Amino acid sequence: MISDSMNQTLTEAALRAQNVFVYYGSTLAVRDVTLDIPKNKITAFIGPSGCGKSTILRCFNRTNDLISGARVEGKITFHGRDLYAKGVDPVEVRRRIGMVFQKPNPFPKSIYENIAFGARINGYQGNMDELVEQSLRSAAIWDEVKDKLKESGLSLSGGQQQRLCIARAIAIEPEIILMDEPCSALDPISTLKVEELMQQLKERYTIVIVTHNMQQASRVSDKTAFFNAEATDKGGKVGYLVEYDDTSTIFSNPKQEYTRDYVSGRFG
Amino acid sequence: MTTSNPQSFERESSWNIDQATFLKALRQRYTFDKVFATLALLAVVFSLFVLAVLLIDVFIDGIGRVNWSFLTSFPSRRPAEAGLVSALVGTVWVMVLVALITFPVGVGAGVFLEEFISDNWFARAIEINISNLAAVPSIIYGLLGLQVFVRVMFPITQGRSILSGALTLSLLVLPIVIIATRESLRAVPGSIRQAGFALGATRWQVVREHVLPLAMPGVLTGVILALSRAIGETAPLITIGALTYIPFLPELSLKGLQSPFTVLPIQIFNWVSRPQADFYSLAAGGIIVLMVVLLLMNATAIYLRNRFQK
Ligand SMILES: Nc1ncnc2c1ncn2[C@@H]1O[C@H](COP(=O)(O)OP(=O)(O)OP(=O)(O)O)[C@@H](O)[C@H]1O
Ligand SMILES: [Mg+2]
Repeated sequence: MISDSMNQTLTEAALRAQNVFVYYGSTLAVRDVTLDIPKNKITAFIGPSGCGKSTILRCFNRTNDLISGARVEGKITFHGRDLYAKGVDPVEVRRRIGMVFQKPNPFPKSIYENIAFGARINGYQGNMDELVEQSLRSAAIWDEVKDKLKESGLSLSGGQQQRLCIARAIAIEPEIILMDEPCSALDPISTLKVEELMQQLKERYTIVIVTHNMQQASRVSDKTAFFNAEATDKGGKVGYLVEYDDTSTIFSNPKQEYTRDYVSGRFG
Repeated sequence: MTTSNPQSFERESSWNIDQATFLKALRQRYTFDKVFATLALLAVVFSLFVLAVLLIDVFIDGIGRVNWSFLTSFPSRRPAEAGLVSALVGTVWVMVLVALITFPVGVGAGVFLEEFISDNWFARAIEINISNLAAVPSIIYGLLGLQVFVRVMFPITQGRSILSGALTLSLLVLPIVIIATRESLRAVPGSIRQAGFALGATRWQVVREHVLPLAMPGVLTGVILALSRAIGETAPLITIGALTYIPFLPELSLKGLQSPFTVLPIQIFNWVSRPQADFYSLAAGGIIVLMVVLLLMNATAIYLRNRFQK
């Protein structure tokens, strides 16, 4: 753990979660999560279904606010600023910390409008055509859609839709992009495209990705957090962070037995 | 339960059903399919048949009366000279006002209840009450309108006026629009909202740009239902004191909205209750005109809906 904290002083933390507890109604879903998301790195969240990966991810851009009954305790800071402090506007938080969802969810509007919407509502003043082209290029989908920008975003294949959603997220130039299983609905080729894309985006953005794909986590990420769920005495399950370290360490030499079993597929 | 014949679909299974039993049951299931389809078809034929008979009957009785002078004359004691221009204009006035009132108010209330208020006991109480309001007999609304719009709001409505009538009918059909709005908002996938919020949109921006346009076809269907209900209502308008004999047209102004009025269903009712046979055919003609107005109104709404669906 000493080497851990030394690492973290070297790279600046974009997001820092300290003793975060999340409740849905009166049930505790995730307990006591403390971790730093390093800037301009890719951090992967892995762990069995229901252990609270999405829940923690949603805390980072306050999309939990939209779920009635969800409650976050503890402290999450973004460049040192408490995200949940009074006076922090969740809309501004989400504008700076973007999100890509598990299921591609383009707006049922034109490809162009899918990109332009975020820019427009956030008061973008520059040339919209340029922004649209540039965002689609950054998401490695420009060549596939440049001749049909007026067509519906839904007319694209699943993999293209997901890259459109990534383009849409980066069009508003957030600092952090949260991705919740962005490749789970994609074929291997689209998955590789998205992974390559993440490597490029890493230069400008901080990325947090939830994935069930161990190879993906080990391929793309710099740091990996392994979550697990344990049964509570009330019969429910509560998620917690088991281990968080450099991806190479997690996959080759984890400190916890649980982690070793999970990443080697011997879990259960 | 035999695996001796490798060609058949049969295989070892814990179900203990042999092939013959399965096939017999399957034939029976297909029979049920056919029976149900036939019953459903009968239901369609029956309702269409009744409707067709009604329409044809009305058409035969009334089509001879529907001509230009019928549409442009005022009511009269002499059937040959009687027309329904004042009722027609009254209906158009009232319906336009009802549409103008119920659309913004109904959609606004629906959007608020579905998108802005959190789902607590208060919201659920309102929801149950609105559903109940939709089932309240229309005459009750007439009594309410009589007190509130005709009496209390007299300075604005000038009593038994077009305005009072339109407000009363609006109250009557508002629950329909609100419920339809909520249902169609609920049908919009949550992922669309999440996508909007994740881009830093405010609730209103998400609703305005993404959710409401997707819900609009359903909302307009609700408006069609609401207006179709309102156009045929007689009881609440009679309760608030719509007249049956209106020998003038309201002017196109606020003053006009405050003038007494009648509507087609009241005019038709009036003609039907006369003893002379001539008035029956007038009533049939009136029904034809009412149907045409209704169809035009719905056609407009369907046209709008199709434009939104694109
Ligand atoms: N909207 C919600 N309302 C109530 N409980 C929820 C909600 N979302 C998640 N939970 C609960 O919180 C716990 C963690 O869920 P979460 O979705 O974060 O898991 P996850 O690790 O992302 O799982 P998966 O890998 O299947 O996506 C689960 O027990 C789940 O039942
Ligand atoms: Mg999840």
